[in-house]
Amino acid sequence: MTNSPLTPGVVSGRLPAQAYHDNFSDLEPAFDAHEARVAADRCYFCHDAPCMTACPTSIDIPLFIRQIATGTPEAAARTIFSQNILGGMCARVCPTETLCEEVCVREVAEGKPVEIGRLQRFATDTLMAKGVHPFARAEGLGTSVAVVGAGPAGLAAAHRLAMKGHDVVVYDARPKAGGLNEYGIASYKAPNDFAQAEVDWLLQIGGIRVETGRALGRELTLEGLQAAYDAVFLAIGLAGVNALRAAGEEKDGVANAVDFIAGLRQTADKSTLPIGRDVVVIGGGMTAVDAAVQSRLLGAENVTIVYRRGQEKMSASGYEQEHATSTGVRIVTHAAPKAVHGNGAVTEVEFEYMAETPEGLKGTGETFRLKADQVFKAIGQSLQGVPAGLALSGGKIAVDAFGRTSLPGVWAGGDCAEGGDDLTVTAVKEGRDAAEDIHASLTGDGA
Amino acid sequence: MANLASNFIGIKSPNPFWLASAPPTDKQYNVERAFQAGWGGVVWKTLGSEGPPIVNVSGPRYGAIWGADRRLLGLNNIELITDRPLEVNLREIKEVKRKWRDRALVISLMVPCEEDYWKDILKAIEDTEADGVELNFGCPHGMAERGMGSAVGQVPEYIEMVTRWVKQYSRMPCIVKLTPNVTSILPPAMAAKRGGADAVSLINTIKSVTNVDLDNFSPFPMIDGKGSHGGYCGPAVKPIALNMVGEIARHGETRGLPISGIGGVTTWRDAAEFLAMGAGNVQVCTAAMTYGFKIVQEMISGLSQYLDEKGMALDDLVGRAVPNFVEWQDLNLNYVTKAQIDTDACIKCGRCYAACEDTSHQAIAMSPDRVFSVKDEECVACNLCVNVCPVENCITMVEKPKGWMDPRTGRPVGDYANWQTHPNNPAATAAE
Repeated sequence: MTNSPLTPGVVSGRLPAQAYHDNFSDLEPAFDAHEARVAADRCYFCHDAPCMTACPTSIDIPLFIRQIATGTPEAAARTIFSQNILGGMCARVCPTETLCEEVCVREVAEGKPVEIGRLQRFATDTLMAKGVHPFARAEGLGTSVAVVGAGPAGLAAAHRLAMKGHDVVVYDARPKAGGLNEYGIASYKAPNDFAQAEVDWLLQIGGIRVETGRALGRELTLEGLQAAYDAVFLAIGLAGVNALRAAGEEKDGVANAVDFIAGLRQTADKSTLPIGRDVVVIGGGMTAVDAAVQSRLLGAENVTIVYRRGQEKMSASGYEQEHATSTGVRIVTHAAPKAVHGNGAVTEVEFEYMAETPEGLKGTGETFRLKADQVFKAIGQSLQGVPAGLALSGGKIAVDAFGRTSLPGVWAGGDCAEGGDDLTVTAVKEGRDAAEDIHASLTGDGA
Repeated sequence: MANLASNFIGIKSPNPFWLASAPPTDKQYNVERAFQAGWGGVVWKTLGSEGPPIVNVSGPRYGAIWGADRRLLGLNNIELITDRPLEVNLREIKEVKRKWRDRALVISLMVPCEEDYWKDILKAIEDTEADGVELNFGCPHGMAERGMGSAVGQVPEYIEMVTRWVKQYSRMPCIVKLTPNVTSILPPAMAAKRGGADAVSLINTIKSVTNVDLDNFSPFPMIDGKGSHGGYCGPAVKPIALNMVGEIARHGETRGLPISGIGGVTTWRDAAEFLAMGAGNVQVCTAAMTYGFKIVQEMISGLSQYLDEKGMALDDLVGRAVPNFVEWQDLNLNYVTKAQIDTDACIKCGRCYAACEDTSHQAIAMSPDRVFSVKDEECVACNLCVNVCPVENCITMVEKPKGWMDPRTGRPVGDYANWQTHPNNPAATAAE
């Protein structure tokens, strides 16, 4: 190995082999049985527990923690999966610090919440390691449902529908199922190919066929699906990436953060991944943090996140921000990109300082430049490829409380649909709830 | 530092913390380590008659129950008395006593209920220079099947008889160790006193099965697939021991009989409670077995600090709570308190609400934003909310002054009146 973090340009192999292994293994190691029991014992088993209310999928957290404390993590896993079939991934990627753990009474009391996320992982890992699928599929109803998108919302809907006895076909544009779980999560959050293992485990319910490499607007049409199936659930995510609207953003070395993250996830040997010596990430969300942190972990010398508003406005949680800075990422706030400079490839990015004014965010006129041989854009994703005829709301597919779209027989959920934070756990809830509504409407039960 | 020097029935020790007769006091090696750590005295593990010693099981001797983080709360044992030859124990006892003159060394004894056995064993220990004897009428396992230990302690006549023999054949101070495996601790204590005992020590262990192995369907500790009851000790038994110590301390016939308090003493605070309840000193076993001998240093520093803070001498503490240990019928039924929740300290877990709503008097209200408050008109002041609240002093019982109108009963707080004079009591004696 001849390269180092100081090697100019965008090169691979900046670090010794062992460093790649260490950097991309589990961020938070799994609990062993004793650690889990000690952590579980801290739970007060609150009445009408705030953590449960804060969980978008309403997992009965006090119950599952008590089941761990009494030596039955398998029962705990059933409690979790009955509400959230992707409880394994959620245990790894949920921003628990802004959900269940934020409202844990022990967080309020002593600034140290019960480690709900890690406990959930202990329970779900225990059951999944046994290869046990805890649910059985009901007798087939002879009804069929198409699910478009094999991400968290699509998988959650497919599982619930299959469990209820519907025949489900899940389509996905990418070569693998999993959606953002497979392509959009930082590698160290779900190592060892967990996303695919989870998909395989979920499909054990039976009654689900997955067809990858099939995209709406490419191989599929909504009309075709409506004609062939009794119901359609759209969970197509946000395929578009917002532009910087800065001069020169087409230069070499400027890329979408989501593509960088996806590429990382799909590369087994991280030492083959080229990374710049000076990396600039533009944006303030979890995608920005994931891209920046992983740039550091690949050996970039200088990594800077630049966000146009104040740090408190960043959608990445305080915990995520701290993780970034502790990895050596610098966070610059109140600055927006004006131009990307360089002769063919980027060498510098020019920013303008921004100020919050009563009329909104405004440039101050003062500018500065950051050295960059790689720039990742992480200023948000947008809905792309929506079939005609679907009403939109705020740039997303309009849905009611049951996930029904403006077209009869078509439901939508996950990031592509309006409402909720764009989180894995929210997508699971929306997929699950839409499935229940689809089931009710196909069988004449309920509403 | 308060002076902790103790004089218990003429046996002097630098502090009131003794190790109880048990596995930690079976050998010179252990006892010397205990003295080095600072223990004031030991009661040597129970000696039996001359001849082939008893044998112990070679499987697990202990079972346990645990709290969080495997904190040991209760220990159960099936170990018998010493399984080493009598002459070895006697030689070691003599050597230890010679080396550690300032420490108390008492010998525990258990031999069959026949006069000659007691006469012989007392003669055998005569020249060890030990400070006293403790009669083991307590062990509930193994030896009881052979007519010794708790089998004696459960029959007051035997206690009296053997105690009398011991006082007849020995000039040593005699402590009678009592078993809690009785319906009342008073008859055995009275019997010991009648027999001439200088003191009683209690409690010995409680008959128990700590758990059942759910794969082998055997009680634990499991010996080759079978389990037998053991003797329970450790923090879990302290409340039982405190009651028995207090009962002896307050009863007219046993009042004044010196007591060595035993049962779950783990910290200085436990020891102080036993002393206040009438014990002249305490004996410890499980805490030492759990944490090692060094814990005595915390007991010494803690008790000293407490006595200094209270401006009390050790003797001032002994029995201090006994006058306040009364029968239920003496409790003031006109004493009224109400729970009060400090909403600033409250962390909103709702345990008080669940406990009161589900299992008590529906006296706690919960607002939609999780603010909890007490309904005085329903609160009977049972204290359950205080007990289940994870925050110390968040919920307190506030005493209501005389004349305060209790919305639950519709009556003002009145003067002291107990059940003995209460109109609902058919056997009440009219108040003057």
